[in-house]
Amino acid sequence: MGAGMKPLLVESVTKNFGGFNALNGVTLDFEPGERRAIIGPNGAGKTTLFNVITGVLPPSAGRVVLFGRDVTRLPMHRRSALGLARTFQINTLFPKLTITENVALAVQAQTRLRYVCYRPWRAYRALTERCDALLTAWGLWDLRDARVSELSYGDQRQVEIVLAMATQPKVLLLDEPTAGLSTAETAVVTALIKQLDPSITIVLIEHDMDVALHLAERITVLHYGEKVAEGSPEEIKTNPLVAEIYLGAGLT
Amino acid sequence: MRRSTLIAAVILAVLVVWPFVVPAYTRGLMIQTLILAIFAMSLDVQLGYTGLPSLGHAAYFGAAGFTAALLILHVTTNFWPILAACLGVAALGAALFGLLALQTTGAYFLMITLALAQVLWGLAFKWRSFTGGEDGLPGVSRPDLKLPISLWNDTTFYFFVLITFLISTALLLLLVRSPFGQALKGVRENALRMRALGYNVWLFKYLGFIIAGVFAGVAGMLFVFYNGHVSASDLSITMSGRVLLMVILGGTGTLVGPIFGSFAIVFLENEISSQIERWPIVMGAIYIAVVLFAPQGVIGLLKSWSARWGRA
Repeated sequence: MGAGMKPLLVESVTKNFGGFNALNGVTLDFEPGERRAIIGPNGAGKTTLFNVITGVLPPSAGRVVLFGRDVTRLPMHRRSALGLARTFQINTLFPKLTITENVALAVQAQTRLRYVCYRPWRAYRALTERCDALLTAWGLWDLRDARVSELSYGDQRQVEIVLAMATQPKVLLLDEPTAGLSTAETAVVTALIKQLDPSITIVLIEHDMDVALHLAERITVLHYGEKVAEGSPEEIKTNPLVAEIYLGAGLT
Repeated sequence: MRRSTLIAAVILAVLVVWPFVVPAYTRGLMIQTLILAIFAMSLDVQLGYTGLPSLGHAAYFGAAGFTAALLILHVTTNFWPILAACLGVAALGAALFGLLALQTTGAYFLMITLALAQVLWGLAFKWRSFTGGEDGLPGVSRPDLKLPISLWNDTTFYFFVLITFLISTALLLLLVRSPFGQALKGVRENALRMRALGYNVWLFKYLGFIIAGVFAGVAGMLFVFYNGHVSASDLSITMSGRVLLMVILGGTGTLVGPIFGSFAIVFLENEISSQIERWPIVMGAIYIAVVLFAPQGVIGLLKSWSARWGRA
């Protein structure tokens, strides 16, 4: 990766479902280590944008470029191997497996180990040690043997982020990491995101304006599938168009 | 963990002593149980671990059976090339059918596995000169191990089957606990997350499907050695349904459950069919009862009971 190369580039991406344009010519670029929030009302196309970037959905037009490489036609797992990770708006975990097993699946995901079929996974010290380290760092150690389905919603939300981080991504997409959390839980998750490795490019979709303004140094506003504004939190706060379509009177 | 080791040791001791104390007929049922247990475990790797249900798992069982029978009747009685050929045919068959079936998911996947197995069944049924049609191929002799033991001795044959069963069980137990096995569970639990983590989900499903087919082939080969006979019914939907019932009765995703399932079905079938002419009705009732009252199978029941005792 050359100096100054954009980790992620979205070029005039359009996505239509039938006659409906979920995204309409959206162009975005991201700097290494940037913290970016994507905001916009429901149906603005935020999650569709994530799905196009990660390869869940192919765009109808436009390109996605990851570390200078056009990945528009690359399947999802190949993009992950390039250093792209994401969380989901709706918890997308392995419910019947324990927290440790969930994390181990993420840790081994991009190693040769994933094809090893003749030795118990717990016999691999490097694997279990990294799981233990992640569980300790994220305050999930006491829950390590619980199944995900037995966890509180708030804890599951955290596991979402741990799984994404366990693959050691260079670009991390967080889809409403604090959705459905209590004020106290939101504060915990926000603090955890805040202290992630500063070299990782983080893009987050956020409904909670306080969280978005607190975490992001740059904000992009989507509305009906189009980028209508982009700038620093200050600029976004004072942008009259943004105030009109999204923020209302609540944020002054 | 220690308790399950103890249970396994007791069961193994029973399996070793058993053939010397029971009548030859019961020993025959025991051999069938062990062979069909390998078959049921193979389906469990696909259904219980990878999350791919199948109504056509008999395809690989029967294909390997016909391979073994045809080789013994026309080519060689040497066990080792027969084993290699049976494994190869089962793997190739699963590799081919898997390519087609994995284009679909859910109910469509179930239907296509059924359809593909029915194609093989139809072939075996109609191609009389090659497969013997409805009558099948009788008079298949037991293979020669090229060792100073003969499989014509029933006790020796029992131990031959037992050892094959133990090796298969050990390999499959290692598999489901390995990093690869964990990945299969991940595919079952949440394919979208697996993709997001960087797993090629299709490839893992495909490999799981092929491994299941290969072990079904091992069972199919042994079944022909035991029966001395192979016919289209070994490829039939009845056989596929029977093995599916063993897995469900024993408990999907447990691997040892299907062993109990095989034991229960073989002995029940034998018992009930000697009393009642229409035993499939009874088997159907058992199936409904398991699905309604013990959806986790026998193993699930045992686990919930032992948890209750543990608390008391």
